[in-house]
Amino acid sequence: MAKLNVNGRVVEVNASPDTPLLWAIRDHVGLTGTKYGCGVAQCGACTVHLDGVPTRSCGITLGSVTETQKIVTIEGLSPDGNHPIQVAWRALDVPQCGFCQSGMIMAAAALLAEKPRPTDEDIDAAMTNICRCGTYNRVREGIHRAARGLSG
Amino acid sequence: MNHIRTSRRSLMQAAGALVVGFHIAPRGALAQAAPANATPEINAWVVIHPDDRVVLRMARTEMGQGTRTGLCQMIAEELHCDWSKISTEYVTPGQSLARNRAWGNFLTAGSQGIRQSQDYVRRGGAAARIMLVQAAAARWGVDAATCTAKDSVITHTPTGRTLRYGEVAGEAARLSPPAQVPLKEPREWTLIGQSVPRLDTADKTTGKLIYGSDLKMPGMLVAVPRRCPVFGGKVRSFDAARVAGMPGVKHVVQIGDYGVAVIADTFWQAKTALDALPVQWDGGENARIQQADINARLTEGLNATEAFVGNSHGDARAAIAAAPRKIEAVYSYPFQNHAPMEPMNATVVWTPTRCDVWCPTQNGEAALVATAQAAGLPQTQCDVHRVDLGGGFGRRTTHDWLIDAVLIAKQVPGVPIKTMWTREEDMVQGRYHPITKAKMTAGLDANGEITGLHMRISGQSILSFVFPNALQNGRDPVQFQGLNAGGTEGAIGYTFPNLLIDHAMRNTHVPPHFWRGVNHNQNAIYLECFLDEVAHATNQDPLALRRKLMANHPKHLAVLNAVAERIGWGSAPPAGVFRGIAQQMGFGSYVAAAAEISVNAQGQLKIHRIVAATDCGVAVNPKQIEMQVEGSFVYGLSALLHGECTVKDGAIEQTNFDSYPVLRMEEMPKVETIVMPSGGFWGGVGEPTIMVAAPAVLNAIFAATGKRIRDLPIKDQDLRRA
Ligand code: FES
Ligand code: FES
Repeated sequence: MAKLNVNGRVVEVNASPDTPLLWAIRDHVGLTGTKYGCGVAQCGACTVHLDGVPTRSCGITLGSVTETQKIVTIEGLSPDGNHPIQVAWRALDVPQCGFCQSGMIMAAAALLAEKPRPTDEDIDAAMTNICRCGTYNRVREGIHRAARGLSG
Repeated sequence: MNHIRTSRRSLMQAAGALVVGFHIAPRGALAQAAPANATPEINAWVVIHPDDRVVLRMARTEMGQGTRTGLCQMIAEELHCDWSKISTEYVTPGQSLARNRAWGNFLTAGSQGIRQSQDYVRRGGAAARIMLVQAAAARWGVDAATCTAKDSVITHTPTGRTLRYGEVAGEAARLSPPAQVPLKEPREWTLIGQSVPRLDTADKTTGKLIYGSDLKMPGMLVAVPRRCPVFGGKVRSFDAARVAGMPGVKHVVQIGDYGVAVIADTFWQAKTALDALPVQWDGGENARIQQADINARLTEGLNATEAFVGNSHGDARAAIAAAPRKIEAVYSYPFQNHAPMEPMNATVVWTPTRCDVWCPTQNGEAALVATAQAAGLPQTQCDVHRVDLGGGFGRRTTHDWLIDAVLIAKQVPGVPIKTMWTREEDMVQGRYHPITKAKMTAGLDANGEITGLHMRISGQSILSFVFPNALQNGRDPVQFQGLNAGGTEGAIGYTFPNLLIDHAMRNTHVPPHFWRGVNHNQNAIYLECFLDEVAHATNQDPLALRRKLMANHPKHLAVLNAVAERIGWGSAPPAGVFRGIAQQMGFGSYVAAAAEISVNAQGQLKIHRIVAATDCGVAVNPKQIEMQVEGSFVYGLSALLHGECTVKDGAIEQTNFDSYPVLRMEEMPKVETIVMPSGGFWGGVGEPTIMVAAPAVLNAIFAATGKRIRDLPIKDQDLRRA
């Protein structure tokens, strides 16, 4: 049986090794904040952090992830929903339908971790997630806002 | 505040009660599953708990457009309740049916969530307040007229005594509703018109919001379906035995005569088995249809003698024939998928006497009708429990996917079955933005003034597919969105000396449907780009030409002037940057846009800035309107730049976001929103600005390159300077 380290907890997953990590997380670990939008690594709705790196979980299989690799999902991004990105998101009312937002937030949080004061170009390059409701401008504003907060 | 959690909890309780109930007493369990039965309901819209929590009931659906917050603002404006105590709950269409449609229309489309229900939801709030005040006055033995209500507290003004709403809710609920329910004047509003934060944001930032695809029920299985890829085609045969032994697979079923589904423990198991399932399809005649055939049929319609007239005055044909100069151009707009972020899904429990569904729908009542029909049960033995939508854009006003889910679940009685479409299924089994072409012809006099305009539209009618009964002697009035001679929905903003707008209906086997903005999208491109062509051909400024034609249309003109002024029309743009402009009226609102773009030597387009103005009469929540406007540009620019579905051998060729690209962050321009409510009417905001996005940019592209793009999407057309 495969073991995954999700949000600081090691869980056993009884699924075939070719199951995409996305579905292992959703259907076996039982965390549904990570979304399915395309299944072909196009939309980013399934973004999680794998050892801190934003990763499209539909594009890697359960079998390729080891117990030592730390997976963080939207549920584990912060203990109380107060990661600076989440705070900025609420302040600006970023989400519309919200379906893409777990992935957006995970991608944005990873960007901030790497570049505490990202430029617009950094944001364009890092934020390739799809949002059909059209929250892009507020996502950009939210990242800048969180960055300002982070660097005081 | 805990808005979504309430509805989720009642949903999951409902699910639990229901499933337990199978083995005991389904009907009793289901009655319990109805939300809020035991709590003091003041009226259909307002429930007040003893601890002062206010639950407002929603018939319309939240799909990201802010309807939940807007509706609460309207009810609370009159209810005078404590805003921080509000949560919301979806009523079911079954409850509404049982109470003589107490909640009115459930349809959430056409940008009408707010504007069509604003009157009766405000009255619902006001009536509840009157009853609460009456109950307090009765308890004190005083005249209700001497009491006031604010922030969920009733005060007897002469004595200063107070009672909380929660303390009198039980008594208020037993009073008969007031005969007279006066509403505040707009100038008295304190909540409507305010940019209050959305009620439902928090759970969307933590992954806690439960969408239809996230639902879990005890014993639930997951079905992944596939229909014949050719619309109208059938299943010839499939070999279930080949996949029956695969991991997790429980059943392989047929859907009607057109589809198959694998039911397994999990989505991935079902999908894996479905991909391995040998299926023989019979596409029939339709399997021979190619995109070129459809295009040819539309082209033929451009010159057909028979056509339905949408707007006509004077004699446009004669004026054009007599004109010394003529300008003609043919435009086209492709099939497009809605592609909401969340693929279609529905969770269904069917028994021989009862069918319950949990699904994201834009129209609960229509979903109930579809459920009952597919379930083979009366509507009174079915119900639809709604969840928030992962995007709708019109796709979730129709319920083909729900019917399939019921037909699947019916084959496994008593077991909750969550049917989930793959993105690929969602792409090829869509209900598409209709395909049309238009031939625009203008007659010009010696001074270059328009003497007559003929706009011939050729293409698909949505109504003839969706509601054939709504056709008017065969004519589809929806075709002429934004082009009507008058009316409050979508009136043309120009007066031409002679005008003819007509439609040669050319339907295809590809099912069309309503879509964000829908027929406005192409109608605005056709008219606004063609007027731009006329302006350039006659050496007139595009804004000046429009102003001449708009003297009788002050509201249209006001928004156009507003964007022109903000973008600096008439002053030189930054070096290398070019401007375009467009206006249109739709969904009861007046909108205009101005765009600034550049095209580099390689023909690469960059949209720098868009200014959009909206006059929606009454602006319930200006910040929500800004968000809707920004969102509509994403959707509209996505359609302009990338959106195209094409037909090969009768089926849609595009299968995922790799072959059906959509707008991403780096392509998104800055959007400046001007909200300029002129009062006196309730226009929509979710859609109108989408219709001016494309023509403003296309006109700017012409200014930049001298190239007139007449066929959408821009995609891989060569934009290098002509
Ligand atoms: S679901 Fe993984 S990128 Fe779309
Ligand atoms: S908020 Fe709906 S898809 Fe992004």
